[in-house]
Amino acid sequence: MRAGPSHLWDALKEASSVVLLILGIMVLWEGAVLVFKPSPIILPAPSALWGEFLAAPSYFLRQALFTLYTTLAGFALAVVLGLALAVGIVHSRLMEKTVYTVLVALNSVPKVALAPLFVIWMGTGIEPKIAIALMLALFSVVIDAVLGLRSVDPDMISLAKASRASTFAILRKIRLPNALPSIFAGLKVAISFALVGAIVGEFVAGSEGLGFAILTAQGQFDTPRVFVCLILLGLLGTALFYVVEAIERLALPWHVSQRSGRAAQH
Amino acid sequence: MAYVGIDRVGKSYGSPRGPVLALEDISLDIRAAEFVSILGPSGCGKSTLLKCIAGLEPVSGGTIAVNGKPLTGPPEGMGMVFQRDVLLDWRTILDNVLITAEFAGTPRARMKPRAVQLLTRFGLGGYEDRHPWELSGGMRQRAAICRALLCDPDLLLMDEPFGALDAMTRDDLNLELARIWNDTRKTVIFVTHSIAEAIFLSDRVVMMDRNPGRIVEVIDIALPRPRPLAIRETPEFGRYVAHIRHLFARLGILKDDTP
Ligand SMILES: Nc1ncnc2c1ncn2[C@@H]1O[C@H](COP(=O)(O)OP(=O)(O)OP(=O)(O)O)[C@@H](O)[C@H]1O
Ligand SMILES: [Mg+2]
Repeated sequence: MRAGPSHLWDALKEASSVVLLILGIMVLWEGAVLVFKPSPIILPAPSALWGEFLAAPSYFLRQALFTLYTTLAGFALAVVLGLALAVGIVHSRLMEKTVYTVLVALNSVPKVALAPLFVIWMGTGIEPKIAIALMLALFSVVIDAVLGLRSVDPDMISLAKASRASTFAILRKIRLPNALPSIFAGLKVAISFALVGAIVGEFVAGSEGLGFAILTAQGQFDTPRVFVCLILLGLLGTALFYVVEAIERLALPWHVSQRSGRAAQH
Repeated sequence: MAYVGIDRVGKSYGSPRGPVLALEDISLDIRAAEFVSILGPSGCGKSTLLKCIAGLEPVSGGTIAVNGKPLTGPPEGMGMVFQRDVLLDWRTILDNVLITAEFAGTPRARMKPRAVQLLTRFGLGGYEDRHPWELSGGMRQRAAICRALLCDPDLLLMDEPFGALDAMTRDDLNLELARIWNDTRKTVIFVTHSIAEAIFLSDRVVMMDRNPGRIVEVIDIALPRPRPLAIRETPEFGRYVAHIRHLFARLGILKDDTP
């Protein structure tokens, strides 16, 4: 039971060192701007960015929320579709030969270049942005899920077959739980790709979101605004990653990477 | 009639360097409630034979019938213990044992008392909620045996279940297995490397040689039951050991140390 609070303490300590590092960079940055006095169009000071944000916090938060929504929608669709595809690919030679091959071939195309096509097909609303986020995130979900579903100890399958388990029971009780660590590795990559997809979508055609805000600010040479958007984007990406990791921790208390804390409780 | 009928079974594995003949012309009839050990050097096809009987590997020739029915897949009422314990890390010990019931479609709630009882019998009482990685090798193998026994199988296949255990734990589990067999009279096919273990547990010992895997002799063990561990010090037991050692020495598997 002692492990709980000390765990939290470790996490806080870790977080505080990161905060200190960022603060240090900010101080250096502020100092450098004071000393070298670059044009604010090239490099504004952190204090100016803070001022920029405080001048219109609701504007920035609205754009961030839109991007967050697009990212999450694309990510969620990628997870559902990706896991379904992976299960199909693992169980059917035909799907492996067709879907998997096509996916791998598609992945070698720079998918970002397809973004304008989605706008032509789906208009300038949120749909093409979700679709691009989905497309960018899908591949890592599928690849890692297929890898995880396949890399089962053959003895585990024999064990299930010896008890006359159905294919579905083997999938649900052995293949899927066994694949979870690998699936989560894919999800952590996919969430970042979904965010990239959302931004690309907003770059190509849009009237909302952090990507759109960056593009319009750039048009007006409003560098502080670009920086505020970039910082928000960084915070968003980091937060999303850690949320996926937190879910992983909850879902895989048994995995080797999570054991030390639990083992200490006994 | 034989409970397990193995008739001129051959098995070859495909490999990049051509087919590997793992079993050749194996014929063996095993009666219901009989305890049979399969003894032989590494690579003689013991695991292969067991997997064929379990319906997990197709045979390349001949037939295997269990309870009168030719095999098309794993037969009903079979339990299996593998060379490694193959416990699932994401399940607690109790849930690992109960997975047999889940696969068989039996409600968990109905099997839970039996699972707990089995675990207690095998010295794992109080460990139900632990995970496999929190247990020692011997405890893990006991849990794997409980899992195989949960649905009270008529046919129990065991592939060197005690191979990785220290001598004391091994004696312990040998006794427990003999006791369970005595109480329930399952048909047991038990693969082992240990001559003493084979004699101690079995009604019959099947000796195999390799390249290709084949049966060289089957001997009846006419020792009275129940057998205490001390039976291993008796002259009768010693004669069986000597006989088997002799045979393996003649085959060049064991070095003959008689001057
Ligand atoms: N899946 C496989 N593919 C190809 N060859 C195999 C396969 N499994 C076993 N063999 C070969 O079949 C032969 C018998 O193997 P098997 O595992 O049955 O031996 P064993 O008697 O159980 O040995 P051990 O005592 O070491 O467990 C060996 O020559 C082995 O190389
Ligand atoms: Mg073997």
